[in-house]
Amino acid sequence: MQELLELFQNPNARWVLFGSILLGFASGLIGSFVLLKKQSLIGDAMAHAALPGICIAYLIYGVKSTPLFLLGAAVSGLIATYLIQAIVNHSRIKTDASIGVVLSVSFGIGIVLLTYITRHSGGNQAGLDDFIFGQAAAMVRSDVQMIAVGSLLIILLTSLLFKEFKISTFDPQYAKGLGLPVKGLNAILMVLVISMVVIGIQMVGVVLMVALLITPPLAARYWTDRLEWMGFISGLIGAVSGWIGTAISTMGEGLPTGPLIVLTASSIFILSLLFGLRKGLLIKGVQRI
Amino acid sequence: MTYGAWIILTGVLVGATCGITGALLVLRKMAMIADAISHTVLLGIVLAFLVTQSLNGLPMLIGAGAVGIVTAILVQRLDSSGVQSGAAIGVVFTSLFALGVVMLSFIGDGVHLDVEHALMGEIAYVPWDTLTYARIDLGPKAVWMLGGVFILNLTIILLFFKEFKLSTFDPQLAASLGIPILFLHYLLMGMVSFSTVASFDSVGAILVVAMLIVPGATAYLLTDHFGWMIALSAIIGALASIIGYVFAVWLDVSIAGSMAVSCGLLFTMAFFLSPKHGMVSKWWKRKSFRKSMATS
Repeated sequence: MQELLELFQNPNARWVLFGSILLGFASGLIGSFVLLKKQSLIGDAMAHAALPGICIAYLIYGVKSTPLFLLGAAVSGLIATYLIQAIVNHSRIKTDASIGVVLSVSFGIGIVLLTYITRHSGGNQAGLDDFIFGQAAAMVRSDVQMIAVGSLLIILLTSLLFKEFKISTFDPQYAKGLGLPVKGLNAILMVLVISMVVIGIQMVGVVLMVALLITPPLAARYWTDRLEWMGFISGLIGAVSGWIGTAISTMGEGLPTGPLIVLTASSIFILSLLFGLRKGLLIKGVQRI
Repeated sequence: MTYGAWIILTGVLVGATCGITGALLVLRKMAMIADAISHTVLLGIVLAFLVTQSLNGLPMLIGAGAVGIVTAILVQRLDSSGVQSGAAIGVVFTSLFALGVVMLSFIGDGVHLDVEHALMGEIAYVPWDTLTYARIDLGPKAVWMLGGVFILNLTIILLFFKEFKLSTFDPQLAASLGIPILFLHYLLMGMVSFSTVASFDSVGAILVVAMLIVPGATAYLLTDHFGWMIALSAIIGALASIIGYVFAVWLDVSIAGSMAVSCGLLFTMAFFLSPKHGMVSKWWKRKSFRKSMATS
């Protein structure tokens, strides 16, 4: 408890905590739509594909600049999403194998570029490998501010377009009938998801980023059937995970923040699976008696 | 044997071991479960280390196999309780992988086991970590372990060839004939875990995914024959390792990463140039079809 209180007196730690709470809320909220659209694993591919994008941005501009890295990550994430679709559309390969091919090969490209940069630009990796597992401990104030502002923007846009997203996801035909631009809305949603992944990999890294998109909405699903509530609860679960995970990681030396945030979210998922009011295992058991 | 030859042999064994297993995964639409298992195997290795306090091959194989099966069971359970399969895979593998990483952070720095190693592998060090028996140098440990797992997987596939084939293409018929489908499923999951842990030391947990999925998918574009596809997948995996090694030496980059990229190159070539299922031949067929329609 003493340590928890001390944590709030350290300004840098306070910023990181603030950032991870906002990040958790935003990814929980937008993750609800990812789950509804059954695109969880595409999110995983996007996150892995971010690595080569970051490396290419560094190779082109030769400086360590977070905004450039994020831009590179977003571009390669978009390309990966397109390739997954193109492989499915133009060959007999099924979606799961297509995701696997794109995910693993782009991660391979990322590793190759990473070692190329290490060995060819004076042994200076420029902290690029931090993106694999996140760099919460090494984040400076401007990084956290970017995470906070980005997360807030995503929360704001998703809340504003919530109804439109909901209708166009559940019933595209009906949405078209209402005159909603379904394709445009899908594109906006996709850009929001990619932005979320890109912002989040700084904190939790490319390997585990997808957990922030999947786990909170999956847990929220055990508490409500209404999408509005699900989005909100999922956001709350994400925020609590960000808070607890970051707090625990400051207690010991070398405890990784990203994996701890993910583990907290997983614990909340297990609790929801057991005790959730909708379809939780306990309720189901009671109802059977 | 020279240093380079050992590395190539290791790579070829990784490609062949993962290739024969991966062909089955791609056909059964289980590619992403392989992705999940290759991540969670880290937890098995960390647990095996905590129990035995050593990095021995056999306990690791057991730990990895156990966690691999647990991963498959958890995914199966969540799936049948109504969670969509993609999300079930995602939540299970991220949870177990995160647990593995956190537990790894408790293990001291003195141990030759860290996250970066687990992810990217250290194939460049394979030739130096040799097995000695009665002071005779028997070659790299990794080669022995990979060779063993390759023979094991090959034996399983040959033993259950008919059963695998039938349950892959017509699960209902297989079930009605009394073929133990669930047993085959978990057997395959076990094979994936073994392949992963044997390859883990050389190419790393994540690049193993490339070797498991991409050669299988490439072979799937090239042939319609079940047996051929398994053989072809192994050959493609082995070939990708050789090409990858050559490129890695030439450009001085990560060997494991370069092997994964070569898998991607071979896949791209098959995607465009496959005689039957490639983009070019499809385009050609459509064109000549149109021409024949126009002339008739």
